[in-house]
Amino acid sequence: MNSPNLEDMGCGTSSATKDKKSEKALKAALVIQNWYRGYRARLKTRQRYALTIFQSIEYADEQGQLQLSNFFSFMLENYTHVQEKEPGLVTRLFGSSIQDKDRQDYLELIEIPDSYCGPRLQFPLTFTDIDLLIEAFKQQQILHAYYVLEVLFETKKVLQQMPNFTHTNTSPSKEITICGDLHGKLDDLFLIFYKNGLPSVTNPYVFNGDFVDRGKNSMEILMILFVSFLVYPNDLHLNRGNHEDFMMNMRYGFTKEILHKYKMRSVLMPPIPMDGDRAEKKNKLGTTTVAQGIRTSGSFSEQLTKQEWEQVIDILWSDPRGKRGCYPNTNRGGGCYFGPDITSKILNKYQLKILVRSHECKPEGYEICHDGKVITVFSASNYYEEGSNRGAYIRMSSGTTPRFFQYQITKATCLRPLYQRVNAIESSAIRMLKERMISRKTDLIRAFQLQDRNKSGKLSMGQWAFSMENVLGLNLPWRSLSSHLVTTDKDGNIDYMSGFQDVHIQKPVKEVQSTLIETVYRYRSDLQIIFNIIDSDHSGLISMEEFRSMWKLFKSHYSVHIDDSQFDELAERMDLNKDGSIDFNEFLKAFYVVHKFDQLTKSDTKLA
Amino acid sequence: NLNLLEDGKERKEEIAVAEFHKKIKEAFEVFDHESNNTVDVREVGTIIRSLGCCPSEGELHDLIAEVEEEEPTGYIRFEKFLPVMTEVLLERRYRPIPEDILLRAFEVLDPAKRGFLSKDELIKYMTEEGEPFSQEEMEEMLSAAIDPESNSVLYKDYITMMVIDEN
Repeated sequence: MNSPNLEDMGCGTSSATKDKKSEKALKAALVIQNWYRGYRARLKTRQRYALTIFQSIEYADEQGQLQLSNFFSFMLENYTHVQEKEPGLVTRLFGSSIQDKDRQDYLELIEIPDSYCGPRLQFPLTFTDIDLLIEAFKQQQILHAYYVLEVLFETKKVLQQMPNFTHTNTSPSKEITICGDLHGKLDDLFLIFYKNGLPSVTNPYVFNGDFVDRGKNSMEILMILFVSFLVYPNDLHLNRGNHEDFMMNMRYGFTKEILHKYKMRSVLMPPIPMDGDRAEKKNKLGTTTVAQGIRTSGSFSEQLTKQEWEQVIDILWSDPRGKRGCYPNTNRGGGCYFGPDITSKILNKYQLKILVRSHECKPEGYEICHDGKVITVFSASNYYEEGSNRGAYIRMSSGTTPRFFQYQITKATCLRPLYQRVNAIESSAIRMLKERMISRKTDLIRAFQLQDRNKSGKLSMGQWAFSMENVLGLNLPWRSLSSHLVTTDKDGNIDYMSGFQDVHIQKPVKEVQSTLIETVYRYRSDLQIIFNIIDSDHSGLISMEEFRSMWKLFKSHYSVHIDDSQFDELAERMDLNKDGSIDFNEFLKAFYVVHKFDQLTKSDTKLA
Repeated sequence: NLNLLEDGKERKEEIAVAEFHKKIKEAFEVFDHESNNTVDVREVGTIIRSLGCCPSEGELHDLIAEVEEEEPTGYIRFEKFLPVMTEVLLERRYRPIPEDILLRAFEVLDPAKRGFLSKDELIKYMTEEGEPFSQEEMEEMLSAAIDPESNSVLYKDYITMMVIDEN
């Protein structure tokens, strides 16, 4: 007991070194953690910026869409006047349409060949048909046009008998599942069914619109939903979204999907006898009735009054925001923004507790606002790009709080590290933004030069940001994005022409002016829609005359200042078939943006 | 003339402040989902860091206390955030860690100078020392930092990669 306390002595020295050591380790850990948290935050911010870019551009395009609708309304209202100037054109656009053919008339014209090995539905439909379709679509089979038509007609019949508002009962033992936008993303629907079970009497669903467009399986989603609806009409509820509209479909991909999936197959039938002279003009087989069938079921001149149509737009296009009151939705160009006071008022008036809506992509697949009274649910994961957002669905019943389920489809078996995913969506977003810039190059340069009094080629950050926002009409964090778009000198001034350096629009014809090329490129989606509508037999061709007339009308409505002779010259030089008709798909494809540092030479494969 | 010089300096600072204001506003707006000049308090850290500052968790905690309401609502208003953040930027507070300091920190944790940290070592340090990581933070760091062949963190390569990515 009297021996020196070795432990004490030993402990004394080594505890001092131990303390010093752990203090160093602590400091080192702090440094690494601090650095990592900063880095991670900046990654998340870049992801958020990319999303903001995608969303802003999407909404700006929607504005363009509504502008196009106005263009058609304008033509409709000025029918007689336009008819005088451009006879035949308007008839092509509006007059003709298809007489509302009978179901039998259509079905008689289609034959299912023996060689067809896709799914065969049996009417009246049962749950086995739902399973059949799902299995078939998992193997990438295509449902024959005959069945598609049957399903469409049957759905239309049933829907027409139902009221605009449906009341449904729930209980803790019979919860209802609410899904938001699917936008043709079949994998998301499969995942939801896998996690949450197929629709049935005990497993009711609400699908909140926007079933189609953008994704590549709009048709398959529609068929699964419609068949499920026909089997369980009281437990599978379908609400309309703003994409359940044939003009949106022309811009955002559903029409293109149909034409692609159903034109190439041997389900082509002989040209439907319509006006005699039209049948003669065409030298290609008529397309299937599918496309036309869809056209009749939703023409833009629906039998609604102007006021009713505005109400429809309000319901389908509006977004909740924090500011009180109701004011125009300037981002989208249609519908309104409504504040928490409006929500409270309406919910109280009709003794409702919650409003569940969709229409806006949310990073987490859902979002709650207005003091918990408004829920946004969005079910298309990776909507803009792989890694852009999660999808979600809600399960709820009366008396319980809603439960949220999130997911994200990923092609790889394991998720890539965050920085790779962020890099991917960031470069995709910046690319889109640069294409937007190049399509407005002339206007942008004019705005820059107006502010550049000294003609120095440079602007301050504030001046540059101001012009960008004004001309492009996009509310984006320009200062933060500037490093991706332009070069800045050591004084913080921006060389504004550097933004156009590594992109340009491919000139299909050398001799034509850049401004014309730019204009056609900028309006290519609108022009494609217009051409598609003129081309009522879907041959892909319209005559030179019609092409010119349409351009003249478009020009005046959109206040585009291009010389007619310029346009004529372009059209002449691009008459690729040299037979007086224009293959407009070829025409439009010739206008694309080239990114200098790119393996891909063709941009924007999302052309509607 | 001293007065002119002073004026010039003041003017420059005014412009700098105005630019800071715009920058802060941009960063704030991206997280202002309802467009009503508020953000969720849980996103304030991300916003501050996106502006190039690197406060520790403790320093962040103090900053949030400065911008929060008297009775915390879970939301931070822009009117309160702006002046505080402007000061932070003007004073150049919470500067980011330079690359060489970061490297030295890893080397401290690797006294044997092997050139790597094992996965378990990294997890231990990051989740037990300093201002510990949450599980999510840990998983995310591992997904990028771990070299799949050796199942360890080759920290020099890792740092280089991250720095390139940021620039």
